[in-house]
Amino acid sequence: MSRKDHRFTESPVLKDQLASWRIHFVSALIFGALLALVGRAFYLQLIHEDFLQERGDARYRRVLEIPASRGKILDRHGDMLAQSTPMRAVWATADAKLDKEQLKALGDLLEMDPRQIEKKLNGDKNFVYLKHQVSPDAAARIAALKLPGIQMDREYSRFYPAGDMVAHMVGFTGKDDRGQEGVELAFESRLIGTNGERTVIKDRRGQIVEEVGSERPPQDGEDIQLAIDSKIQFIAFNALRNAVDKFNAKGGSVIVADIKTGEILALANWPTYNPNNRSQLSGGQLRNRAVTDSFEPGSTMKPFIAALALDRGKYKFDSIINCAPGKMTIGTATISDAHPHGALTLAQVIQKSSNIGATKIALGFPSEDMWTMFSKVGFGKPVGLGFPGEVGGRLRPWQTWKPIEQATMSYGHGISVTVVQLAHAYTAFARDGDTVPLSLLKTKGQVAGQPVFAPETSRQVRLMLEMVVSPEGTANKAAVPGYRVGGKTGTAHKLVGGRYANKYLASFVGIGPISDPRLVVGVVVDEPVGGHYGGDVAGPVFSEVMGGALRTLGVPQDKDSTPAALKVASTPAAASAAQANVPTGAAKKKGAH
Amino acid sequence: MSRSINWRGFVQAWSEHVDFPLFRITMLLMGVGLLTVFSATWSGQERMPSQLLNMAAALVLMFVVARIPPQRLMQLAWPMYLFGLVLLVLVMLFGIKVNGAKRWLSLGFTRIQPSEIMKIAMPLVMAWYFHHFENRRWFSKYLGALLILLIPSALIAKQPDLGTAILVFSAGFYVIFLAGLSWWVLGGLAAAAMAVAPFAWHFLHDYQQKRILTLIDPTTDPLGSGYHIIQSTIAIGSGGVIGKGYMSGSQAQLEFIPEKHTDFIFAVFAEEWGMIGNVILVVLYGFLIERGLRISLRASTTFNRLLAGSITMGFFTYAFVNMGMVSGILPVVGVPLPFISYGGTALVTLCTGLGILMSIETHRTNR
Repeated sequence: MSRKDHRFTESPVLKDQLASWRIHFVSALIFGALLALVGRAFYLQLIHEDFLQERGDARYRRVLEIPASRGKILDRHGDMLAQSTPMRAVWATADAKLDKEQLKALGDLLEMDPRQIEKKLNGDKNFVYLKHQVSPDAAARIAALKLPGIQMDREYSRFYPAGDMVAHMVGFTGKDDRGQEGVELAFESRLIGTNGERTVIKDRRGQIVEEVGSERPPQDGEDIQLAIDSKIQFIAFNALRNAVDKFNAKGGSVIVADIKTGEILALANWPTYNPNNRSQLSGGQLRNRAVTDSFEPGSTMKPFIAALALDRGKYKFDSIINCAPGKMTIGTATISDAHPHGALTLAQVIQKSSNIGATKIALGFPSEDMWTMFSKVGFGKPVGLGFPGEVGGRLRPWQTWKPIEQATMSYGHGISVTVVQLAHAYTAFARDGDTVPLSLLKTKGQVAGQPVFAPETSRQVRLMLEMVVSPEGTANKAAVPGYRVGGKTGTAHKLVGGRYANKYLASFVGIGPISDPRLVVGVVVDEPVGGHYGGDVAGPVFSEVMGGALRTLGVPQDKDSTPAALKVASTPAAASAAQANVPTGAAKKKGAH
Repeated sequence: MSRSINWRGFVQAWSEHVDFPLFRITMLLMGVGLLTVFSATWSGQERMPSQLLNMAAALVLMFVVARIPPQRLMQLAWPMYLFGLVLLVLVMLFGIKVNGAKRWLSLGFTRIQPSEIMKIAMPLVMAWYFHHFENRRWFSKYLGALLILLIPSALIAKQPDLGTAILVFSAGFYVIFLAGLSWWVLGGLAAAAMAVAPFAWHFLHDYQQKRILTLIDPTTDPLGSGYHIIQSTIAIGSGGVIGKGYMSGSQAQLEFIPEKHTDFIFAVFAEEWGMIGNVILVVLYGFLIERGLRISLRASTTFNRLLAGSITMGFFTYAFVNMGMVSGILPVVGVPLPFISYGGTALVTLCTGLGILMSIETHRTNR
């Protein structure tokens, strides 16, 4: 070709050899370098692969929790007592930079001062909650604003439609949706459900770009149906509140139990609280007194002594006990009746609530027998409703009893119980001598009882209890028009610092209707002022609650509303006759559903 | 009348100067490039169509250059080199600053990057130099070569654009090496380089120092300069042996990879195609280089031989530096992956190089 080419070819051999030698060297170098790249690929993609894949996945794969809805709490008819409403929690990340207008819009929707929001955003946290429990509606409008760095989480708010009326029963949940009190805590594991999961892919900016197939749907919590009957609960709650108001009392409790099934149809305490707004809550309001507060039951204990006496055949309904002169000395202590009595029948001891009578009967038994009976009806151990803080009261072992203690225990001092325990024990009188386990939950049909007394014993005790509400008894204010009811008053001095102070605890526990018992109602009023006898303070509450509950349940009336009929029951023979006269047949069938 | 005959003649005339082995490999690489650019950008700003245009333009340029005889190229060597040098000085004086670096010269309607011209001008002028002065005494010969090599390299490194400076410098150095630089000198230079390295360290910019440090241990600065390397090695590694499949590279699709359609496109490719795709790509580059070296070996003049060798090794440098950087064995420098990264400028330079190789191969007298 050109001259230059010729000049180059002058020494072709030498040049060719030299250059090709170099080029081969270069080729080897290049081959080595490319091999290094392949080696690196081998290292990254084969040897180190697992680790890097994991790291890669960790970068964009996120498992999001889908909160399960907490189970509802319902009353026996399915009325809502607690339910969860889906809400949103609004939070901000560090890249939330909002201008004035955006702050104002957000503030309006969150019902917050824009300056307050700005202050939260300007904090040095990467993540800050702006507000919890934002309504879905407001949340949707916030989402529509498409504000940078403002995010939302699903959460639930718990709403209690019945408010303070069943607050102690239902309890409440904390901010974390976990039960803190009452049924919410007791049945936490069933209510809570299992959160679901969904796996998403997020890009570098944290935006969800894809939902990965794997999703585990949340399993909502189980609904809990309580035995509570909202109507009866309402009656009980109102009656209690009125009594506490009237007597300016410190507090009180009412329990209504169905003796056929053991279901607790109502359980109310005062003071109470609004579970939907717990900003100012005191321990006293929070306490479910019916299960957490034990007290000396006083005379409500006497029927158990009478039952023991009848059961052992040592006394009969009309056995005479001399209660004169109204005073009795045991060791150094003196026992007295509020009003001195003369000779009383066993039934009258209950009717008039004679301490002397009860003591005389009790001292006729070994302490062990009394203890066994107390223990059988459930004193000294919790009823076992599953409530947090449930107590079992105090029943000392019989070996340590002194005669004076055995004497005072016969009329309810030196022993302590809760109103729930009392109501439970009284089911032994309401049924055929057996106690039925109490249940917070709605049960299916009747439950086997725990035998304590002979059926005939219970029948006779019921008649004695009926006599208590007669005009001659201590609690005629507890009578219920239209129904034969019976019960026992309790007026206990309160122990303050180990001494009996001038403070009382008035109680009444009773059964109705007597002809075919259906309910036990227990009432306790703590430190009433201007009247302290169980019959005066707790009796009217019992009357109102028992009457209202029986009518609510549609239990047929078993008594003429005329008060004259009451007097018939004051002698044993008449009482037996009265019971026999009750048109049991049809009424019983209707009432036993 | 006979348009078809004209057409055939046209194709024949143009294909006369096309080296088909080289062309086939190039088309394969560009195909991979188009696919990967699409995968990397479809979800955002779609770049494939414009890359297609870039490729078409670059290929036309390649065909044109391939028709220029090497003698003519030799004549163009000095004018091109000097033109590039002037532009580099102008860049230093009037260049536009982008991201802290002065690399661009504004012409009003468009911007040009004069350092790109040097990528071609450097091997041309060095090949010319050794072609003409091969019989000089070695000292004066190498001193001149060193000046030709260092002035533009230094200007580019000063911009700063370390990646391009390395490419330009190495293009010239390959010529010197292929021209027969004594092993003693080579060994001496290597020793000197090692001796100077600690001092040279201080002349590097902070960010350049950091890049070297993070190469040694990227985790020292995971959110800063180590970020790129960590992200890309994770992407490559998570591809595994067979890859996650085309368009399914989660690291890339989720924008964890920076510059994913340009300098770091290899990470996108390696995540989607895995080690198998990775090896295939390296083999493709191996074939490209092999073909280039063969052309160099067969070339009939010193100029041709040196030029072909330098350009081929330039291709190698591009590919090796880029893949090495993305897979974390070399520091991060701005070098695109040849024929695959998005970008017109690099394609134009590369295809000019290809054209020169084809010209050398197809203008041989003893074909």
